Amino acid sequence: MSESTTASAAAPRAATTSLPGTLRVGWSRAVVETKMFFRERDSLIFNFSFPVILLVLFGSIFSGQVEGTGITVSQLYAAALIGAGLMSVSFQNLAISIAVEREEGTLKRLAGTPMPPAAYFLGKVLSVLLVAVLETAILLAVGVLLYDLTLPSTLSDWATFGWVFVLGLTASSLLGIAASSLPRSAKSAAAVITMPFVMLQFISGVYIPFTQLPDWLIHIASVFPLRWMCQGFRSVFLGDVGASLELTGSYELGRVALVLAAWTIGGLLLCLLTFRWKSRREG
Amino acid sequence: MNQTAVKVRGLTKRYGEVTAVNGLDLEIRRGEVFGILGPNGAGKSTTVEILEGYRHRDAGEVTVLGADPARAGREWRSRIGVVLQTSNDVAELTVRELVRHFAGFYPRPRNPDEVIERVGLAAKANTRVGKLSGGQRRRVDVALGIIGRPELLFLDEPTTGFDPEARRRFWDLIAGLAHDGTTIVLTSHYLDEIEALATRLAVIAKGRVVAEGEPATLGGRASAKARVSWLEDGVRRTVETEEPTRTVLELSRRFSGEVPELTIKRPTLEEIYLELIQEV
Repeated sequence: MSESTTASAAAPRAATTSLPGTLRVGWSRAVVETKMFFRERDSLIFNFSFPVILLVLFGSIFSGQVEGTGITVSQLYAAALIGAGLMSVSFQNLAISIAVEREEGTLKRLAGTPMPPAAYFLGKVLSVLLVAVLETAILLAVGVLLYDLTLPSTLSDWATFGWVFVLGLTASSLLGIAASSLPRSAKSAAAVITMPFVMLQFISGVYIPFTQLPDWLIHIASVFPLRWMCQGFRSVFLGDVGASLELTGSYELGRVALVLAAWTIGGLLLCLLTFRWKSRREG
Repeated sequence: MNQTAVKVRGLTKRYGEVTAVNGLDLEIRRGEVFGILGPNGAGKSTTVEILEGYRHRDAGEVTVLGADPARAGREWRSRIGVVLQTSNDVAELTVRELVRHFAGFYPRPRNPDEVIERVGLAAKANTRVGKLSGGQRRRVDVALGIIGRPELLFLDEPTTGFDPEARRRFWDLIAGLAHDGTTIVLTSHYLDEIEALATRLAVIAKGRVVAEGEPATLGGRASAKARVSWLEDGVRRTVETEEPTRTVLELSRRFSGEVPELTIKRPTLEEIYLELIQEV
């Protein structure tokens, strides 16, 4: 009797101390997520080639310069497409893939294990970070080799690039995780997520210069992070001459930081409040 | 150690106007293979999902391995294994990668290669999950359910879509786990499966337990009338009797020896089950 009492008292304590930590599990999630991403060839090709193809396409169609600035149209596109590409690998990719995982039961299965929920999100964000770095590197390389894009030369430009990249990616990832609850099924996920994202790109100055949009569209676009991400990247790659092309004649980096930070916090709250581990069908 | 694995008192769950579970009581002891039977919509899945901690209840007391599933944390989760019904996920990982990955969630996991061997997938360890057959994928599900060395394993319709031979192998696997002391809660539509594996079972209908017992004696099965049937003058004759032995002895005397095409049947578990759920 005394033996079994000791054993049962000791067992839970041993278990508590040896539950794997969130960081360790999160890292192993990131490794697995990355493996899965690179093995799914269709989406891999789509994810990496789409922004590059757009850059080549737009760079070939619009080969002129923007009057009075010495900036080429393809430079403008390169900067904007880095922003759009970042949102594509984070927001679009996560919103669709998590909606699919929810319906296929991956999430429910994980929720039935002692995996800490935060480890799941950590894994997603880390694997997205890797993909984002690779994709941005490819876009930069194509931009520099084919379209006169110049890499930032000053430390402060690199610093701006760094924080726009990190804040933009974080905000877009969290938004993507939150948006994954919107599609009613995995089948509809691609359409439900892609349509508004394409619209957002059109009104955020990715394809059409922001200054040519009507006021009401500018107001809508200004609510979302993409406009500000693109603006931040233009400040890095087009330099001071390019500022005259902006709506207010300035890159407004302070506002860029403010909006992206607000979306990061808002996105996190949305995730915490709305994330579901089970599909809608299961209630 | 507490000998009760699962204790449920007055469990109630409503979805809007519909009462799915209506004051259900259940007790499952450690080491049992406990079968849960019931027609679709009887509250079976809702009950099991409440036990697994997936759903919240509206009323009643639930204790699973000494804790309330609605409030239990990771330590409790690490002592439970759950094998859900559907799964089409993680097609891009190999069996070994996936099982190893899940092992990393638990404080005292089983050896991944041993688990793969045990579910009969050693030859497929380096195959991507997406390339496996339906039955093989189901065995991956079981591998992931037992990798954490659970004290209590929930199996939901584990052999749906199996061929008969795969089902037999699967039964051996479950029997082996039970032999090691794992408490198993099994829901299935296959009554022969429940009969082969379960030490006790409960039949749930209209949100309540309508019968509980051992498969051999459930619902008065053992004491029910037997049907003795034989061939006489080219005609099949059948009598229902409470004393089949006496009937056979009489027949044997009448035929002075071998009775042509003699069969004696007790009601099958299926017949008892169908009767039980019709009464409600």
